[in-house]
Amino acid sequence: MNADLAIDVRDLVKSFAHKRVVNQVSLQVKRGEIFGFLGPNGSGKTTTIRMMCGLLTPDSGSGTCLGYDILHQSAHIKRHVGYMTQKFSYWEDLTLRENLDFVARMYTMDNRRHAVDEALEGLGLTERANQLVGALSGGWKQRLALAACMLHQPELLLLDEPTAGVDPAARRDFWEELHQLARKGISVLVSTHYMDEAERCHKLAYIFNGTLLAQGTSHEVVAAQKLTTWTIYGEHMAELSERLQRMDGVEQTVLFGTVLHVSGTRPELLERQVRAAVQGTSFRLEQSETGLEDVFIFMMKHAGRDGAPLA
Amino acid sequence: MMFFSKASFSRWWSMVVKEFLQLKRDRLTFGMIVGIPIIQLTLFGYAINSDPKHMPTGLIIEDHSEITRTIIATLKTSEYFDIVGEFADESSASRALARGDVQFVINIPPDFTKHLLRGERPALLIEADATDPTATAMALSSVNSVLEYVARKDLTGPLQHLAPAPAPFEARVHRLYNPEANTHFNIVPGLMGVILTMMMVLMTGLAITRERERGTMENLLAMPVKPLEVMAGKIVPYIAIGLVQASIILVAARIMFGIPFFGSIFLLYFAALIFVAANLMVGITISSLAKNQLQAMQMTFFFFLPNILLSGFMFPFRGMPQWAQVIGNVLPLTHFNRIVRGIFLKGIGFTDLWPQIWPMLLFSWS
Repeated sequence: MNADLAIDVRDLVKSFAHKRVVNQVSLQVKRGEIFGFLGPNGSGKTTTIRMMCGLLTPDSGSGTCLGYDILHQSAHIKRHVGYMTQKFSYWEDLTLRENLDFVARMYTMDNRRHAVDEALEGLGLTERANQLVGALSGGWKQRLALAACMLHQPELLLLDEPTAGVDPAARRDFWEELHQLARKGISVLVSTHYMDEAERCHKLAYIFNGTLLAQGTSHEVVAAQKLTTWTIYGEHMAELSERLQRMDGVEQTVLFGTVLHVSGTRPELLERQVRAAVQGTSFRLEQSETGLEDVFIFMMKHAGRDGAPLA
Repeated sequence: MMFFSKASFSRWWSMVVKEFLQLKRDRLTFGMIVGIPIIQLTLFGYAINSDPKHMPTGLIIEDHSEITRTIIATLKTSEYFDIVGEFADESSASRALARGDVQFVINIPPDFTKHLLRGERPALLIEADATDPTATAMALSSVNSVLEYVARKDLTGPLQHLAPAPAPFEARVHRLYNPEANTHFNIVPGLMGVILTMMMVLMTGLAITRERERGTMENLLAMPVKPLEVMAGKIVPYIAIGLVQASIILVAARIMFGIPFFGSIFLLYFAALIFVAANLMVGITISSLAKNQLQAMQMTFFFFLPNILLSGFMFPFRGMPQWAQVIGNVLPLTHFNRIVRGIFLKGIGFTDLWPQIWPMLLFSWS
């Protein structure tokens, strides 16, 4: 067992109704690290998180969370882990204070009142402590949820899509808070769909159809796919994108409004093709760095096409 | 027994407090706790009457005489029949029956008196709308005694010989516990069990599925709270509510319906406690099976229906076929009904009630 690792799980497998939802997933998260867990909906992120915190028993595989065995020591894990569910899961018909107080009691905290007061103060919601949680906006609910799962001072936070449905400003604030927590030595595993958030993580993992396709820093993840990307600027490029896609050496085109990313693994061929394609048009072409999004889309397509272990 | 020793009292108590807080916020449920017993009592207590009186009755009188007038007048005084009018002929009477305008048509055929005087035992024809047999049964059974009364009273003097001879034996009916055959006495105590069944099963059924549906169950699971603490914390508030409801019904039974109460109030609460616990177990079972609140509702009604129909609440238990009695005997409500009616009307004690108590205990443990 490595003491530096907050999470160390190996070959986790879980099936529901004969469908393999999580397939041989191994993950290592260092202490004090913000680890981004990416993947499309239904790819097995939540199931993996639930297995890591002992809420769900894997069909096979093993591992530790904060040094506790995920198979046998879930009670210990629960005490030291803060888990924020994907769906807001506090009681909307209780007030802020009642919610926090209830959570504190569940963890049988000694300095309950003090901890609750402090959490409310930290949220800046002391004067709204007696308001029903159901009346809070999405952003505030999410902040409350974070405060509530931080209440028992966990060493590890498992956040399942914490920023889904939260406005950009609130998301930014939220991430700043996460980095502050990480500086204090708290490990964070956070699942997300947002690429800008992925880039804020120290490390990343990308899961698709239950299989982990990549793991490492964002640079490592990008570099591993050996993709070269060209960017074309212009308007109405749908037709161009389609034409490029049929060309040899062009493995992927991704259109973002007025920006078209064209990627491939054979740099020279790709360059010849895109140069030919924009010849005599008003489109502007330049070589660019391959982004995480290009890489994820690329990996997703490949996993599907190669018949990678889906079931 | 690790499970029990490690359970925390403070966590359990916290569950209890949370449940009460949520109940307090949920105005509708809170209203239901008080409202349902009262609404149901008024509805069923006043509305359900298996001995209905003052039923609209039409007449076809084809023979007017002193005696027929007396017969009609006596039928009226029985309170079962409200004479609403006279029909000219058979067909218009039939139509009124079919439409439901009248419940009964009493037909006195031509020459009724003449035949009577000749001692030919003429017959009165009574047509009844027997769509609801319980509604007409009592009324019909009263007719013969009414006629006998007329015979005794009117056929005197020279007509004495026409009076029927007294039967060689006599059927004397004693109605014990409810001498006036007052249906309220039966329905209202029975309602206690029905209301408790409905509320307890439904509320606990919803209590856990609600947590699951709102996603808060996942949060609870992620906390170091034991399933036992969650369950126990969820059940206790509802036991308290159940006893409050039992009290509301008890008070209403005395004040609104004047139901006599002969037995021990402690025994009643003791039985109610076991009964409530049995129903809460059903509710918990439902909530662990149901995926959402709607399913929990459906399952509750699935459980509720046989309880209403087979427990002896609506229909006399002894009148049911054997198989239905077997099912009925499994249901806690059947036993609770016997207990409650026994305590209310007969004042029976614990030893007499034990045969009803142990099946409930068994039910709540299994």
